[in-house]
Amino acid sequence: MSTDSSATVSTTRTWSGGRSPFDVSYGKLMMWIFLLSDAFTFSSLLVGYGAVRFSYPAPEPLVEKIAPMSHVSHEFVDEMQHIGAFSEKHWPSPDLVFNHFPFLHGIHLPLMFVSLMTFILIFSSVTMVLAVEAGHRMDKKKVGVYMFYTILGGLAFLGCQAWEWTQFITEGATLSHNPFGPAHFAALFFMVTGFHGFHVFSGVVLNVIAYISAKNGVYEKRGHYEMIEKVGLYWHFVDLVWVFVFTFFYLI
Amino acid sequence: MSQTATHNANAHGHDDHGHHHKENFFTKYVFSQDHKMISKQFLITGIIMGCLGMIMSILFRLQLAWPDSSFPILETLLGSKWAPGGKLDASFYMGLVTIHGTIMVFFVLTAGLSGTFSNLLIPLQVGARDMASPFMNMLSYWFFLASSVVLTISVFIESGPASGGWTIYPPLSALPKAMPGSGAGMTLWLVAMVLFIGSALLGGINYITTVLNMRTKGMSMNRMPLTIWAFFFTAILGLLSFPVLLGGSLLLIFDRSFGTSFYLSDIFLNGEGALANSGGSPILFQHLFWFLGHPEVYIIILPALGITSEIIAVNARKPIFGYTAMVISIIGIAFLSFIVWGHHMFVTGMNPLLGLVFMVFTLIIAVPSAVKTFNYLATLWRGNIQFTPGMMFAIGLVSFFISGGLTGIFLGNAAIDIQLHDTYFVVAHFHLVMGCAAIFGMMAGIYHWYPRLYGRTMNKTLGYMHFWLTFISAYMVFFPMHFIGLAGVPRRYYQFSVLPEFGVWDDVNVLITMAAILGAAAQLLFLYNFFSSIFFGKKSEQNPWKANTLEWTAPVERIHGNWPGAIPTVYRWPYDYSHPDYEDDFVLQTVPDKGNEESIAHSQTAPVTPEKTNSPEVVHFSALLLRWLGLRNA
Repeated sequence: MSTDSSATVSTTRTWSGGRSPFDVSYGKLMMWIFLLSDAFTFSSLLVGYGAVRFSYPAPEPLVEKIAPMSHVSHEFVDEMQHIGAFSEKHWPSPDLVFNHFPFLHGIHLPLMFVSLMTFILIFSSVTMVLAVEAGHRMDKKKVGVYMFYTILGGLAFLGCQAWEWTQFITEGATLSHNPFGPAHFAALFFMVTGFHGFHVFSGVVLNVIAYISAKNGVYEKRGHYEMIEKVGLYWHFVDLVWVFVFTFFYLI
Repeated sequence: MSQTATHNANAHGHDDHGHHHKENFFTKYVFSQDHKMISKQFLITGIIMGCLGMIMSILFRLQLAWPDSSFPILETLLGSKWAPGGKLDASFYMGLVTIHGTIMVFFVLTAGLSGTFSNLLIPLQVGARDMASPFMNMLSYWFFLASSVVLTISVFIESGPASGGWTIYPPLSALPKAMPGSGAGMTLWLVAMVLFIGSALLGGINYITTVLNMRTKGMSMNRMPLTIWAFFFTAILGLLSFPVLLGGSLLLIFDRSFGTSFYLSDIFLNGEGALANSGGSPILFQHLFWFLGHPEVYIIILPALGITSEIIAVNARKPIFGYTAMVISIIGIAFLSFIVWGHHMFVTGMNPLLGLVFMVFTLIIAVPSAVKTFNYLATLWRGNIQFTPGMMFAIGLVSFFISGGLTGIFLGNAAIDIQLHDTYFVVAHFHLVMGCAAIFGMMAGIYHWYPRLYGRTMNKTLGYMHFWLTFISAYMVFFPMHFIGLAGVPRRYYQFSVLPEFGVWDDVNVLITMAAILGAAAQLLFLYNFFSSIFFGKKSEQNPWKANTLEWTAPVERIHGNWPGAIPTVYRWPYDYSHPDYEDDFVLQTVPDKGNEESIAHSQTAPVTPEKTNSPEVVHFSALLLRWLGLRNA
């Protein structure tokens, strides 16, 4: 194992020679198992989302009612309620709910901001992969650089989420009230994106710890950068979950 | 071979430094990271919680047997709020029923059973120094302890504990003002459960990883004792089902405290909607709850079945019958348990087609369960049975698993279940098949592995008395409940004297309560035996039951790291009992193969002919079956 060119943990070191069926260290296996379990937590929330959402009729086809828009007026929500695009009777169309962008008030930009958020998060996964790869090469400097970008991406995503929540709340959405449609829409939105945001936050904390340890040469002394791989697994999982959250809340 | 041993010693020579550390009281008994100590912590906490649950059951059984009498002692014990004039208060009765169920299901039979024996046996039987992460293992216990404390506290608060049943269905659980117990009591229940889920996840991740990654040399998956297979799949079940309850509980907490209405549909009072928010579905909660709740049943029973497999094979002095079939049936039960939760919900107005699907899968579970039962019987058959207390309890488990399992086939049918739903028939069914069976599995494990836990043996006579009193009283309690249930008597009712049509069952309720008191008294014998044997029990030899598995190769004294020298290497499966090629009737897993041995593993395919066995008592079932069918000459 130690002759292996990529510096991974020797999987035979911690016990006396039985073979690990997945050929991974126990720490990485634990992370995989935890992620499997966490996937079920998210599934339960998303199943709850599905059950509640499909107890409402689908959004009405609005093509005839809404002319192609480029601007969002101050009375946008009232107008939409007036023409029946937002009603407690049916689930709102996400295009009309998430159409704001910071510093570009008044312009109708459906899903542009959330696309940017998604891009940031996926890009931070790319830098995480690069950090893991640098770890395999025992390149302490590059690990630090890419971890830094990853942390930056995570913080940027959290900032975006904070802005989006603020926007949503200023427009009148709370856990029990929602001007865009059924109260459940807002409750589930806050619940699920909040739970995901909590995971991103935990991921950033883990990344910061790993970053500091890498900077201090802890992993170099240890002879491998497996900890970066483990936090990387978590980070990719958070990213993957976002793809589902994004699909359910913004796309369909 | 000596080369291998040397290699072993070198391979982990730097790894077994744990036992050089000096231990003080706190690191040894309180913040222990040693899996054997953590297992004792789980066991003793579980026993204490079990006593609480048992006392609660006696309290509400008193009410059911003598609904109109007063017991002044109750007022002394519980105060005038919960037992005014010596008669149990109705809402406290509901609280007792709820907390009894919660404690028994989660704190005794999940953490107390699988927590104790997974912790004790996984590292010892797979040949590891400790769990994959001893620190997480310690956290797992501390989360469990915190959870137990919170739940126990909830019984003593002014508004009373959660009282909507252990399944905490909304809206009773979602509306804090629905009844006294729905307030702070319910909040504490949820806090306890979130802590408990944390404990289960930390433990489960550890168990799975240890089984997969920490096995000693030669311990391939198909050489693992059946206990380990059972604990392994129990952990997988817990890991995949508890998160769903976590998600469900989060939604419930938001409904209770933050104004959402995921589970609240409409409630009308005087023709007006009584809720500020509505439009959710209480059925959604039931789906999320039972997605945990049904695997939970197997989280409870699988470890007990694994323990029984081991104890029956050891004490029948015979290889377990159908090792592979046992493993496959564990896997089958584990898989099926995830797709049958709907059978708890046949009366929710479920689409009959969906009900049919759940019903078919439910009935299919009878197949792997029956495989296990018949394999136990076949292992016992013509064995040289040693009736140790552990063995008695293991056989008791088989009895309860059969008698309780048969009514499961009744209840799995939607048409019958709709009739019997929420009657005492259901109470009888699950108390027999997962209550009594799992408790007997746990008792079997305690008597059998007590020498491994404390280096002493428990008193045999007291053990037999404990077994017979418990066995008889358990059947006396739960068997008559079937008839009450068939007559339509609903569960969770405070008193039936206002419903004269159920009055004919009053005498049966008196019988049941007396039997329950007898059963509780029998547990005093156990408690005395357990705690006095820790200090005064007969010192045990290293391998008192002459078993094959690795835990009996470790020294009796507790050391961190389990084996003083190298970790033993495994050369064979764990069930070489009465092997024809050996003088002794057991062959430790660490004994190397002679090279020309006849394999007695998987006895279906390679039966041992009777002439070759040492004792005429030990004849393999398959050989006898073939002879009986005339397929093989005697």
